Amino acid sequence: MTDARLNERLIEDVVILHNAQASRTGAQVIAPDHQPRKPVGPQSLPMRSAAANQHGSAALQHRVEQFLYHQAELLDGKHWQAYVDLFAADGLYWMPATPDQTEWLDSPSIFAEDVSMMQIRTARVTHPNAWSQAPMWGTSHLVGNAVIESVSETGLVVRSRFQMMELRRDSVRHFAGTYRHSLRVQGDDFRITLQRVDLVNGQAPFDYVLQVWV
Amino acid sequence: MLNNQNLIEPDRVHRSVYTDQAIFDQEVEGIFEKVWVYCGHESQVKNSGDFHCVQIGRQPMIMVRGHDRTIRVLYNRCPHRGVQLCGSQSGNTGSAFVCSYHAWSFHLDGHIRGIPLQKGYEGTRLTAANPDCSMKAAARVASYRGFVFASLAPSGPSLEEFLGTARIAFDDMCDRSPVGEVEIVPVCHRVIQHSNWKFFMENQLDALHPSVTHQSTGVSASRIEQALREAGTTPPLYYHYLSTFASSFDQWDSVQTINFPRGHGILKGYMGLRPNDPDTQDYVASMHEAYGKEKAEEFLGRSIHHVLIYPYLSVQSPLQQLRCLRPIAPDKTLSEIWHFRLKGVSPAIYRRSLWYFNLVNSPATMINADDLENWAKAQWGLESKGGDWVSFHRNHGGDTVEGEVTYSNNGTSEVVMRNQFKAWAAYMGT
Repeated sequence: MTDARLNERLIEDVVILHNAQASRTGAQVIAPDHQPRKPVGPQSLPMRSAAANQHGSAALQHRVEQFLYHQAELLDGKHWQAYVDLFAADGLYWMPATPDQTEWLDSPSIFAEDVSMMQIRTARVTHPNAWSQAPMWGTSHLVGNAVIESVSETGLVVRSRFQMMELRRDSVRHFAGTYRHSLRVQGDDFRITLQRVDLVNGQAPFDYVLQVWV
Repeated sequence: MLNNQNLIEPDRVHRSVYTDQAIFDQEVEGIFEKVWVYCGHESQVKNSGDFHCVQIGRQPMIMVRGHDRTIRVLYNRCPHRGVQLCGSQSGNTGSAFVCSYHAWSFHLDGHIRGIPLQKGYEGTRLTAANPDCSMKAAARVASYRGFVFASLAPSGPSLEEFLGTARIAFDDMCDRSPVGEVEIVPVCHRVIQHSNWKFFMENQLDALHPSVTHQSTGVSASRIEQALREAGTTPPLYYHYLSTFASSFDQWDSVQTINFPRGHGILKGYMGLRPNDPDTQDYVASMHEAYGKEKAEEFLGRSIHHVLIYPYLSVQSPLQQLRCLRPIAPDKTLSEIWHFRLKGVSPAIYRRSLWYFNLVNSPATMINADDLENWAKAQWGLESKGGDWVSFHRNHGGDTVEGEVTYSNNGTSEVVMRNQFKAWAAYMGT
């Protein structure tokens, strides 16, 4: 092709100026109901802090955050018994399998452990023949975005987010998600009656398993 | 050319069957892409257009319910340029599969439905009447008691022939429902093991390992169980799921394995899952009513822990659990873990299978944590030049053979592995 012939062809242009058919293009005209069918979007707006405008809220926020930091630090320091002791005697550590779950008795969980089951896990992981504990292993948690969702005379509900990096043998894994703590006021401290943990990657394939709470 | 028969001896196998890439490739094509592979349960695709994606060997497949209620298994591939038609694991595709690239569309049975600007194909070799314009289907699809299987091989044994006596896995699961059916609980846990798929299959019926591998969990659970008893409370049944792992070698040696043709097998029950609480009494009464006392007792009295469908499925029928392997590489295997709800039973009875799913089969399992560690170390050990052979000598020659079935006289007999490799050698041939 000569340059002249190419220029001749390039001058014959078609321009789509009016996009009037926009709603009737491609797959829309062929099968409007093909998957994914549901519009993508959030379920409901996150609850804003219940304490934000109340007197003393900064102090409460501070106490709650310090509690969350302490819990994360106990986990990373492998202080299992002290970690379990943060739970009330009737407390529960719950990691549902999917975020839409509302109860743990009749639907599957990754963790659904009362204090007694947590004692079994503690005893197992500290047993000299817990073979899976032989390789080097450690975690580092970051907790933030704490929002006090509700406050009553006896307790409060706190939502926060976490990032966790784990080293096991020579590999690193990354977990992240949401904590929702139901806390009971006990003196000037808190006890956890329910800790709900929603992992962002809870339904992804697990490369190895979770040995202790996240 | 590999001579696989030289790798398998009656009482030992060569390490390369766990580590060699060429052998793995041959397994994928010669076994996994030929045998009947579990795709899912009918209750996963209740409505027309419901689909679930599943891997058969290296082939990405879609199990889909059609308008005619038939369940089909199709290759997840647009015949035009090869793009996968389903991008999510499961869902509902409406009345058609539509390709996200050029909007070729297909009926739920895989047949071509429409091609945009079809006149562009006039005068070409490709017309809509050409079968190459439609999605390719698995050669054979069949189901047994609601469990759907597909085979990519056009000929071979039927599903029932393939399952053989091991089909008791599905009978035992369903028969425990007073209406004879189960329904899937739509949560799948997926766990990757950095080891060969065979370790999983061997381990499931290996009665010598539990009290060693799971010592830490078994001992810890029995101590808490004991403490609860001393405090005057009855520990929940599910604590027993963990504490039985601490049983003695002699106890494990008394649990029998039954080994079938094609590598299938059963580890008989040992957990004692028939307590005598009011929930159980109600359940037993409903079973008696549904089947008559004699039949119901036959169903409830079956002693099964695991049933293995070689080479990829482990079914724990009394607790309605199912684990399915999808081999990825010689040293990488994905397991998909499901459980089922017995239809027509109370929530209390369902919770027994739920607790097992949560405690033993979830990604926070206190049991498989140590199995996975063993298998990874086994993989590395067998990749070494420290030795060429893997020993399966325990009780060799000491089992009872009755026709095609071999019963172990000792629960810890390595007849399980010997039987699996007999099947493996037959599949891999020469």
